[in-house]
Amino acid sequence: MPAPLLSLRNMTKTYGQTVANSAIDLDVAAGSIHAILGENGAGKSTLMKLIYGVERPDEGEVLWNGAPVHLTSPAEARRLGIGMVFQHFSLFETLTVVENISLIVPGSKADLATRIRALGQDFGLVVDPFAHVHALSVGERQRVEIIRCLLTEPRLLILDEPTSVLPPQAVGLLFDTLRRLRDGGVSILFISHKLDEIRALCDRATILRGGRVTGDVDPRDHDSHDLARMMIGRDMPAPLHLAPMPQGDLRLELSGLNHAPDDPFGMGLAGVTLRLHAGEILGIAGISGNGQAELSRLISGETVLPAARRDEIRMMDKAIGHLGPAERRALGFAFVPEERLGRGAVPDMSLADNSLLTAHPLGLLKRGLIDRQAEAKFTAGCIADFDVRTSGPEAEAGSLSGGNLQKFIMGREISLNPRLLFVAQPTWGVDIGAATAIRHRLVQMRNEGVAVLVISEELEELFEICDRIQVLHKGALSPSLDPRSEGPEEIGRWMIGAAGVAA
Amino acid sequence: MIRLVRRDRASRKLAVAAPLLALAAAILSNLILFVAMGKDPAAVFYALLLEPFMTWSGFSEVLLKTGPLLLIAQGLAIGFRAKVFNIGAEGQFILGAIFASAIPVYFPQATGGWIWPAMLIMGAIGGALWAVVPAFWRVRLNANEILVTLMMSLIAVQLLNYLLLGPWKDPMGFNFPQSVMFQYDAMIPILLPGTRVNVSLLLAFVAALLAWIYMQRSFGGYQFLVGGLAPNAATYAGFSQSRAIWLSLLIGGFAAGLAGAAEVAGPIGQLQRSISTGYGYAAIIVAYLGGLHPVGIVASSLLMAALYIGGDNAMVSADLPVAAVRVFQGSLLVCYLAAITFVRFRLVRTKGAPA
Repeated sequence: MPAPLLSLRNMTKTYGQTVANSAIDLDVAAGSIHAILGENGAGKSTLMKLIYGVERPDEGEVLWNGAPVHLTSPAEARRLGIGMVFQHFSLFETLTVVENISLIVPGSKADLATRIRALGQDFGLVVDPFAHVHALSVGERQRVEIIRCLLTEPRLLILDEPTSVLPPQAVGLLFDTLRRLRDGGVSILFISHKLDEIRALCDRATILRGGRVTGDVDPRDHDSHDLARMMIGRDMPAPLHLAPMPQGDLRLELSGLNHAPDDPFGMGLAGVTLRLHAGEILGIAGISGNGQAELSRLISGETVLPAARRDEIRMMDKAIGHLGPAERRALGFAFVPEERLGRGAVPDMSLADNSLLTAHPLGLLKRGLIDRQAEAKFTAGCIADFDVRTSGPEAEAGSLSGGNLQKFIMGREISLNPRLLFVAQPTWGVDIGAATAIRHRLVQMRNEGVAVLVISEELEELFEICDRIQVLHKGALSPSLDPRSEGPEEIGRWMIGAAGVAA
Repeated sequence: MIRLVRRDRASRKLAVAAPLLALAAAILSNLILFVAMGKDPAAVFYALLLEPFMTWSGFSEVLLKTGPLLLIAQGLAIGFRAKVFNIGAEGQFILGAIFASAIPVYFPQATGGWIWPAMLIMGAIGGALWAVVPAFWRVRLNANEILVTLMMSLIAVQLLNYLLLGPWKDPMGFNFPQSVMFQYDAMIPILLPGTRVNVSLLLAFVAALLAWIYMQRSFGGYQFLVGGLAPNAATYAGFSQSRAIWLSLLIGGFAAGLAGAAEVAGPIGQLQRSISTGYGYAAIIVAYLGGLHPVGIVASSLLMAALYIGGDNAMVSADLPVAAVRVFQGSLLVCYLAAITFVRFRLVRTKGAPA
C-alpha cells in the first residue's frame, strides 16, 4: 500500500490551559474525501490550522508522502500543495473575480480568465471571471475561493464547514464538484459537523471529541446514530414532539414593514409581514445577511420607527414601532441577540452585573440602588437552572465560552417570564447537549403559552421545534410554511429566492 | 518571546498596585532626567515629594489644591467611565469662576451670609451651561465632544480676558486686568484656622461620597458603565445613550464650575487671569490615576496636589524649571496607562523563536 498523502502523528497543541488537540493521528489517502467530524470546540479548526501552517504544534510530526515536513507558514503549505478554503471568504467585493484571483495567482488576466473558464467546465464551478464579487451569490463566491485554490494546483484541498453558508440546493452542486476533484486526483479534507453530508460524500471520517480522536471509520458503514455517538459521546437526543395547541392571542404582528438601513452594506426590508400567537414557535429561516440583523433590531427596538409608522410593529396588541427596547420589555418582551459578547452581555462585567442588564425589574433594585444580594441570588439561580459552567456569579462574562454565555443569557431572558420571547441563533456555537437543552426549553416555553420567535440558520433546528416557518430572502419574508407538510427542499427554494418566482 | 495574554478576570490586587507601580516608575525615569540635567536628584525628590508633607503650613496648601482637583476629577471620572471624554473642564472651571464673580462685581456692597453659597451655585450653573454646547452637538450631530469641549475652553479664556480688560476691570486697579477685590461676605469661610483651607474642601469630599454612591451602588451609574464598556449592550437593554452623554457632560461641567467658583471665592478673592493653574487638565490625570474610582481619586488628587506644591518648592530650592513638574505629571500618566494593562493582561513567556 502506498504511503498516505498526508499523515499526522501525535499532534498536540495547547492554548494556555486548554488542550485543543491531544495526540492526534490522521492519515489522508491520495484521491480520497476525508471528513473531520466534531462538535464546535472539538478541535477541528485547530487541527486544520496546524496542517495549513497557521499554527505550529507543541508536539508531533507531519508526514507528506511519507517524508517528514515542518510547516511554519501557509506559504510553505501551499508550496507543498496544500490549499485551504476558509469558512469566511477573503474576497474584495469591489473587484472582479479575475482581479481577486490575480492577487494570488501569477499570470495575465486574459490567461487567467481562460483557465478559470476551463476549471469551471471540468469541475462544475461555473462563474463569470469578469463579474464583480459583490454581485455574486454566496455559492458563487465559494466557487471563486475554490477556483483560486485550484489554480495553485494543490494535492490536498481543505474545506472548513463549506456547507454552512449554502442553501440545500447549492450543497448538491458543491458535492458534485468535490467528487470530480477527487476523481481528478485531489484529496479533500472536509470539515463538518453535519452527519448526513459526511455519509453522502466522504470515503473516510476521523471523529474528534474534546481534542482527541474518538473514531476513524468509513462513514458509509455507520448510520448517523453511530457517528453521533462517537462525536458527542452519547446518543443523539430524541426529536421533540410538538403537541398541537389551541391558537392563543396575537403577541407580535408586523404588517408591511419596510426599512432602509443606515449601513450601506446592510440589507433593507421590504413589506415584511408576520403574525405570532401565544403558544406557538415561529421560525425565521434563511441565510445570514438577508435582513436578519435589521429585522431583529426592529423587533427588539434597537432600531426605532418614526411615530407615524408605529402601527407597522404591534406587540401584545399595541402599536409599539416608535418605542425603545426598555418600553417594549415592559410589555413582556424578552430577546436573546445573535451577538452575545458586547450586545447580550458586557464582557468586562461580572455575570451578576450582567443579570442587571435586563433583569433589573425583578426586584434587583431598591430605591434606585443595586441590591447586591438579590443580584447574586438571581445570578446563582440562572447559573444553576441553565447549567452554566462557570466559577460563579463573579466570573466576568468575557471569560465564559460562547455556549455557556448563551445559556446564561437564555436563562436571564427566560427568567423574565416573557409573554413574547425572541431568540436569534439560539444554538450557535453551543455543544449538542446544551443545544438540546435550549431547544427543549423553548418548546416548554411554547407549551406554557409563550409566543416564541426564532431566527436560525440551522434548518434542522427549525424543523425540530417550529410550528411554522417563514423564510427571509433579500429582505422579503415568505408566506408561512408548515414544516410538517413542506420538506426542506421547499424551504430551500425560498432560501434562494426561486419559489417566489415560481408562485 | 514574551506575549500578553488576557486574564480570566481583572486582577483586583494589580488594580490597586498599578498606580503605586506607576509612581515608582515615574520617579525612576525622572530621576534619570534630573541627573542628566545636572540637578541633585535627592534634593529634587525631597522638595517634590516629601517637603509638602513635612510642615503643617505646607500640608495645608496641599489640602487647598486638593479641593478643586478632587471636585473636578470626580465629575470627569463619571463621564470617562461612560466613555464621554470631557477634556474641557478648564473652560468650565473658568465659566464657574466668571458666573460666581458676577455677584460681587455687580453688588460689591452687598452683605449677608447668602452671598458665598449663591456664588457657588452660580458657578456650578455656569460650568454646566458651558458643557451644554458640546453635549447638544454630540447628541444632535455626533460631533466629537473631545474637540468641542477643548475648543470651548479656548473660548472661555478669551471671554475671561474680555471681561477683565473691559467691563469687569477694577476701576481703582491701576489698569491691571483683574476685577475688584471681593467683599468679606463673598469669601467662603475658613475651615482650618490659620490656613487658607476653606469649607469647599468639605464640599469636595461630599462630592466624592456622592460619586461613590452613584457609580458603585446606583442603577443610574451602572447604566453609565454599560454605555462605556459595551454601547451595543446599552442599546440592547434600552439604556439611553443621549441621556448618558447629557448627564456626563452636565455633571462634569457642574463640578468644574463649582471648583471655579470656590477658587475665586476662596484663596484668590477676585477674578483674575491666572485663576486656574491648569486644574481642568490636571484633573484628567487625577481621574485616570485614581482608576476612575471615587476612592482612588481621593488618593490621586492628594498626590497631584502635593506635586503642585512640591513643584513650587523644587523650583525654589532645587532650581528646577517649571516644565519639569509638567514632565513629571505627564510621565506619571504614561506610566499609569502602561501599568493598568497588567490588570487585565499578564505576561507569558512562550517557547520557541518568534514565527
